[in-house]
Amino acid sequence: MELNCPIPITDYERVLLAHGGGGKLMHQLIDKMIYREFKNEFLSQNHDGSILPINGNKLAFTTDSFVVNPLFFPGGDIGDLAVNGTINDLVCCGAKPLYISLAFIIEEGLLMSDLWMIIQSIKKAIKKAGVKIVTGDTKVVEKGKGDGIFINTSGIGELYPNQNINPINCKAGDVVLINGGIAEHGIAIISKREGLQFETDIHSDSAALNTMMQEVFEKCTNIHVLRDPTRGGLASTLNEIAETSNTGITLYEKELPIDEAVHGACEILGFDPLYVANEGKILIILPENEASKVLEIMKKYPEGKNSKFIGRVSNEYVGMVQLETIIGSKRVVDMISGEQLPRIC
Amino acid sequence: MKYVDEFRNAKLAKNLIRGISEKVTQPWNIMEICGGQTHSIMKYGLIEMLPKEIQLVHGPGCPVCVTPTEVIDKAIYLAMQSNVILVSFGDMLRVPGSNIDLLSVKAQGGDVRTILSPLDTLNIAKQNPDKQVVFFAVGFETTAPVIALTLVQAKKQNLKNLSILGSHVLVPPAMETILSAPNNKIQGFLAAGHVCTVMGYNEYKPIAKKYNIPIVVAGFEPIDILVGIYKLVELLESNKYIVVNAYKRSVKEEGNLAAQKTLWQVFKPANQTWRGIGEIPLSGLQLTNEFKQFDIELVFNLQHIVAKESKDCIAGEILTGIKKPFECQAFNKSCTPEKPLGAPMVSSEGACAAYIRYAKN
Repeated sequence: MELNCPIPITDYERVLLAHGGGGKLMHQLIDKMIYREFKNEFLSQNHDGSILPINGNKLAFTTDSFVVNPLFFPGGDIGDLAVNGTINDLVCCGAKPLYISLAFIIEEGLLMSDLWMIIQSIKKAIKKAGVKIVTGDTKVVEKGKGDGIFINTSGIGELYPNQNINPINCKAGDVVLINGGIAEHGIAIISKREGLQFETDIHSDSAALNTMMQEVFEKCTNIHVLRDPTRGGLASTLNEIAETSNTGITLYEKELPIDEAVHGACEILGFDPLYVANEGKILIILPENEASKVLEIMKKYPEGKNSKFIGRVSNEYVGMVQLETIIGSKRVVDMISGEQLPRIC
Repeated sequence: MKYVDEFRNAKLAKNLIRGISEKVTQPWNIMEICGGQTHSIMKYGLIEMLPKEIQLVHGPGCPVCVTPTEVIDKAIYLAMQSNVILVSFGDMLRVPGSNIDLLSVKAQGGDVRTILSPLDTLNIAKQNPDKQVVFFAVGFETTAPVIALTLVQAKKQNLKNLSILGSHVLVPPAMETILSAPNNKIQGFLAAGHVCTVMGYNEYKPIAKKYNIPIVVAGFEPIDILVGIYKLVELLESNKYIVVNAYKRSVKEEGNLAAQKTLWQVFKPANQTWRGIGEIPLSGLQLTNEFKQFDIELVFNLQHIVAKESKDCIAGEILTGIKKPFECQAFNKSCTPEKPLGAPMVSSEGACAAYIRYAKN
């Protein structure tokens, strides 16, 4: 008789939406049920993708699924999101993205014209990023069994030489940079979904960052960590890095770039922009003496024109993220538990 | 951002902290009533900036936290019915009932929808004439007028498939309960700015007089709260037991009369149970006879649903300011935001959740 491990999660009988929210519940699910069962030297890299040795060369490999509702939103759609997301994951491994796979799971009844628009958007995104779709798959499910369309993309990239990028490399004395305003994607999506009207449209920041980062990689070989703060936002990503590297990270509230309209929407909804998703942002952690050079390069590109220094790494409060607030006090920035829910009052 | 940045000004904050430090000569226990204020106090790290004489005690003003388990269980029961759409504010979904929460009901296929404004419920009812649409109507005097307005509109539009599961609470009776307790240690109140925007602050005057306690109406930004504390310390140090409005950009003495008119057209005061505290006379709202038709208990028999509060959760002592979250045995051990034992750990405005999220240890 074969003995099976008991199911390690007993807190919830069923999977909740919050298990996919990018916070503590999602991390628990991944750690206890997935990571633990498949653990190996590649998953242990704790990266946005894996770095794989193949005949003496090194490749980066990643995968991501996209389930956004609405399919079309100000600043993008599910098509370019699916391309950009996978490209950015490869970039965060220190790789030049080369090949992408494309898999559609389509719900019966999706308008052919919508599918065509999504395909055209993918075409435009891969052209801009200089990558090729090299394999794919299409499945159709019954009406009511999907949400219009789900897309999965995987990507392969070639590592830039002389780069050693890994969350574990984050060190005391490093600084944290970001390439512009936070929380734009999440707020654009929820505004469209909830029919919220603001004086100015809030656009998703969906963008591929490989062109900008190519120049950064060519001119700086001392980057310690790269991460794209998608689901769970800046707070969750930085908490992961602080925990993996056993360092403490301090963010400065007055330095955080937040667009006025996004800020206003967050105030109305009771959302903390630190926890809202981004789709075209990258966090760069590197030694302070490299920061101004890298900022200068990033600012030359449209996707990096608002690049900024936002925080520092230290040996204080290891494993935690702190915020120096706008009024000068300090507080903890915890990883979010599940999803942010709009408040009553 | 205009009208926000001014109230998060570092220099002004420092000046106010200095002013409070200069004024204070002895320890004072100050309770901020509203969970929104608690959230701001923790989010902006105000406790560590204030002189140690100022002890902030976090009050019961979190509607999510004080909704009894029994009412949550009723909402869960309703959400499980195939002919019901349960409509709720987002942060009620994670509050644990006796066995599960509304998020789990949703995961099992229950039709649970979140809205930003109660008025959205009207459209849901119109679009789903074959379903009973139930609005989970919780909140203080702030949300009650909008819910009242929703029912006025529903009556005008002759909507027969809309009802509410109500659990409203009123601030002044809760303040009196706290002050009447034999072990009360509260010496000054920061009154909830949004509640006073609707209700005004005349009803606080007799409380200040009866219990010899100063009450300052305060807002929610860090500068608003610091100004409130500064004024309160001024009153405490000079033994003045009066009500002062420190949130003039939003609060008028008489409040919002139009909102009050709608509120009292639809609701009347009633006895109400507060989670963790118990029943407080005339501290809640029930539908007036004119609007009784919207009571869900006329559509479904919910009498059989009874629940006991968790013994391990000391929500009552937390919500009345007798204990701080750190002093609870279960805090961050058997009770976490992922697996809350009680409501103060659930809502972003609950004191326990705010401590977990923002405090260092």
